[in-house]
Amino acid sequence: MSKPLPAVDFLKIPDQGDPYLEGHKCGACGSIYLDAREVCSKCGERGKIAATRLSNDGHLYVFSVVYRSFPGIDVPYVSAIVDLEGGGTVKGNLIGIEPDPAKIKMGMPVRVVYKDALGRKDREGNSYLSYFFEPR
Amino acid sequence: MSDVYVVGIDMIKFMKAGTGPAVEQLGAQAALMALDDCGLKIQDMQALYCGNLGQADAMVGQRVLQQIGQTGIPVVNCANACATGATAFREAWMSIKAGVNDVVLAVGVEKMGAGLLGGGGGRKGIPREGLLGSMTMPAVFAEAGQEHARKYGTTFEQFAKVSVKNHHHSTLNPKAMYQIETPLETVMGAEMIAYPNTKLMCSVNVDGSAAAVLCSEAKAKQLGLMKRAVRVKASVMTSDPWQERDLVMPDVNTCTRIAAKKAYEMAGVGPGDIDLVELHDCFATAELLHYENLSLCKDGEAGQLIDSGATSIGGKIPVNLSGGLLSKGHPLGATGIANIYEISTHLRGEAGKRQVPNARLGLTHVIGLGSACAIHVLEKVA
Repeated sequence: MSKPLPAVDFLKIPDQGDPYLEGHKCGACGSIYLDAREVCSKCGERGKIAATRLSNDGHLYVFSVVYRSFPGIDVPYVSAIVDLEGGGTVKGNLIGIEPDPAKIKMGMPVRVVYKDALGRKDREGNSYLSYFFEPR
Repeated sequence: MSDVYVVGIDMIKFMKAGTGPAVEQLGAQAALMALDDCGLKIQDMQALYCGNLGQADAMVGQRVLQQIGQTGIPVVNCANACATGATAFREAWMSIKAGVNDVVLAVGVEKMGAGLLGGGGGRKGIPREGLLGSMTMPAVFAEAGQEHARKYGTTFEQFAKVSVKNHHHSTLNPKAMYQIETPLETVMGAEMIAYPNTKLMCSVNVDGSAAAVLCSEAKAKQLGLMKRAVRVKASVMTSDPWQERDLVMPDVNTCTRIAAKKAYEMAGVGPGDIDLVELHDCFATAELLHYENLSLCKDGEAGQLIDSGATSIGGKIPVNLSGGLLSKGHPLGATGIANIYEISTHLRGEAGKRQVPNARLGLTHVIGLGSACAIHVLEKVA
């Protein structure tokens, strides 16, 4: 079986070792981006941005429980925005918890986990690896 | 620099998405209504500023002129997400401020589809919606509201009250898409789309158009149009400054705060001087954020402000008397001019049952996600 592809460019799947999320950090002001770039849009510094491995630990900043989405997308699910320790904010599905607004606490500690992309495949039939958040 | 006046303004009654005529005919309707409102003709206009999003690459302004008079004037087509109409209006204002023109037409028009906005795929690989959270507009604005809930304990019920209020206001506005009362239990009990936004807390997709004729002071006086004129006291736009969570969480707050501060300065007034506000209630959650962003109350007090009834008709600072985007409807490219129509109508004393008594100053606000914020402060003249 061929190796799965990453669901987003900032998810890295090394040949050896565990998958991880990669940010791009400005050497001048410390801002973190999820895409590679030449210029920092916070401070304007050029050419000082370098790839950095993001933490798998973070805290839930905010969430919404989504009950209506596009056809073919399973609901309900929890859309979550997570601040990672050491910097970087990412958005994804919060899993491993009941999708009930009363049971989800903003600020709760979560970890990034890596799993198959809900069985979604591209037109060529390739499988994808995605990231999710779980309570920790 | 001359003050700039709105001398003619109108909007069509908004209608169910997809039921209106072709976009150029829809735009032409409002354009003719605005011209009739001040008794001018298309031949009097020196330029057209046209806002439309859905066909932003298809010369909608020129097509409007093909419906109402091809006079050869310059046409500028604007697209700026949900700030599109306000952008067209502001470009028109700026051309008069600059002394280039002294009487111009601004049109905002949109034909909408049904269903959820945002969250579309189209990129390589696999669809991300529902895999990497949600980028639909109801979810994005739910998360923006949850940030307020996290900081200040704002409740689902408080967000829902916004929708109760705006639906109530729309029962007094014959041009709104809906004229239906929605009590709190109806709003809270409606289908949950993205917590805490239920279906009745999401703006209505509609077909609609609105248009305005703007004039310099000298021209308005020459044409004898000062009696019903509305002075544009401030016109401000901002984009979103850098924020830590930008890449995953659009920030509708900072650009509004900066625009509001500049608008109050430009108008030489404070938030306490404003008699009514039309703000960007694309979702019920958004309205409460903007109470604070526009300094209608202190930070953290938006929940109390809606609870107090101050933003309802008859309250201290009525907000979205038109019914807002939640019930009047939200034709993306028309919204920014339709808001200015609502305020102008009150300043002219022509708002009928929803009239704010003795209204002298009003403020309009729109946000185009991505982001563009536009604020106008309008003043009664006569």
